[in-house]
Amino acid sequence: MKRLFWVVALCATLTACGTSVPLTDVPVSDATAKPVAAGSAPGATASAPPGGVAPVDLTTQNPQASVAAETRLVYFDYDSFVIKPEFQSLIAEHARLIKSQAGRKAVIEGHTDERGGREYNLALGQKRAEAVVSALTVLGVSGAQLEAVSFGKEKPAAQGADEAAFAKNRRAEIRYR
Amino acid sequence: MFSGNFFDMRFSFWLKFLWLWVALTCAPAYAQFRVEVSGVGLTQVPISFVPFKGQDASPQKISQIVQADLERSGQFRAVAAAGAGTLDELTLPNLSIFRQVGADALVSGSVNKLADGRFDVRFRLWDVVKGQDMGGQSFAVASAELRLAAHRISDYVYEKLTGDKGAFSTRIAYVTKAAQRYQLWVADADGENASPALASVEPIISPAWSPDGNQLAYVSFESRKPVVYVHDVSSGKRRLIANFKGSNSAPAWSPDGKTIAVTLSLSGGSQLFLLNANGGSAPRRLMQSGSIDTEPVFAPDGQHIYFVSDRGGSPQIYRTSLLGQNVERITFTGTYNISPAPSPDGRWLAYISRVGGAFKLHVLELQSGQSRAISNTSADESPSFAPNGKLLVFATQQQGKEALMTTTLDGGVKASLSGQSGDIREPHWGPFAR
Repeated sequence: MKRLFWVVALCATLTACGTSVPLTDVPVSDATAKPVAAGSAPGATASAPPGGVAPVDLTTQNPQASVAAETRLVYFDYDSFVIKPEFQSLIAEHARLIKSQAGRKAVIEGHTDERGGREYNLALGQKRAEAVVSALTVLGVSGAQLEAVSFGKEKPAAQGADEAAFAKNRRAEIRYR
Repeated sequence: MFSGNFFDMRFSFWLKFLWLWVALTCAPAYAQFRVEVSGVGLTQVPISFVPFKGQDASPQKISQIVQADLERSGQFRAVAAAGAGTLDELTLPNLSIFRQVGADALVSGSVNKLADGRFDVRFRLWDVVKGQDMGGQSFAVASAELRLAAHRISDYVYEKLTGDKGAFSTRIAYVTKAAQRYQLWVADADGENASPALASVEPIISPAWSPDGNQLAYVSFESRKPVVYVHDVSSGKRRLIANFKGSNSAPAWSPDGKTIAVTLSLSGGSQLFLLNANGGSAPRRLMQSGSIDTEPVFAPDGQHIYFVSDRGGSPQIYRTSLLGQNVERITFTGTYNISPAPSPDGRWLAYISRVGGAFKLHVLELQSGQSRAISNTSADESPSFAPNGKLLVFATQQQGKEALMTTTLDGGVKASLSGQSGDIREPHWGPFAR
């Protein structure tokens, strides 16, 4: 019954993603394609803005929609990168569905709790994401369809400095693009 | 400073008393920021600041900015002198008034609005003890540059009286987070006069100034993964320099500005690579390990890189040659040592160490290997040296908010930087202006 739930939920997710713009994900644009150059200073300091700093505003061009889907989340213990047994069936279903669509790409986003440095947490989140990627690869998913990235502690799912919040934040999210 | 006379518990009571005394007597005078003075044996030059003639009509109170700068440095103590009357840079002051209150030096000056709308700022520094004129300068600046003129006065006074170059007219970069808006700012070294360089709905971390102070490298999550940009501050033009498969992070410039070290996971695991700062070349792998390697930062000699690795089972700071050889472990105490920041003279290494669940700023003397915590806070991050090596800026939490502080290397004098509301983080102190 639980297995059926995952299958249905994942099918729903993937169907939604089948449209040109996924509802749950922000399309990734190559930032080099349209550099946001604010102010052109042709070598003259006189044309530089006050303080010599030209502002660049990205907030109007990258609206973020974040939908937490339980079917995409793998939680980890403190200081751990081991995928717990209860998440094996979830990963197996993702593996089956990714394999069934050769053009499908999945990005695994690793996250940590708020304790410690930003860059070191980024590396820890990367280890979690890569643990999920290798679990998917072991199940036969092509590495070309997968990318492991990390948000470190920058995108907590839950606010708060207690273990309940920390536990929700130590996670990897499977997102389809 | 680190010769073994470490903080002695016996002084604890007296330090608290001293803090209280400083807070009670000085707090109202500096609404701009809060300075905490601790430690014993601090030698501070007592100095008087007379309000600059005409500064009441100026948008910036020059003498107050200079006073705040010099007090934040930890090397000066402001001494108020009543009855000095109005002085400017041309007045021959009655130095006996200042001798009576124990001042060793005096700064006087003037601010006048010019016909073209700019301001003429002039000052003079006096050696009160010897009764000598120690020189002065004048600046004709736009209204927006009045604070910079004040910081230049601070630099002059600092160098004349300490022998070291002042870093008050330099800039710092930092990131703010308010609601779901992240902004990268460029501000004066006192945190004021901030200009926004970048705004994004996704996080921005790890800004790093190029050695010429014209560009910032940083990590942006705007494409839903960490990638590294180089951003020209005066034009706002941005270049993606690391957007490889996986995560791209932790940029650090070489002292000659030609190379940027980064952490990439393009072949699995967080590993160190070198990139040509102008782009156009494949990343060169610095070394190969099965562990996390991250937070590279060049030593001032340009020949070594400090970095963080968990190869020994816990995150520790190491040093390697640019060829990835002769890897040497630097930190040995504790099980979590991250975010290395070498001083410009290569003598000190600031870093963050976890001590009993608290993350505290530490300073290590590289020659002796002696290290100690220099903060009173418990969520410290991202230390960065002033270009003269005399102060550190770091991020921490105060009253539940992310805030920036400066500290002297011995932790004796600390100040909270103001100028922004909300959460402030990820400071990086820029180079001297060229």
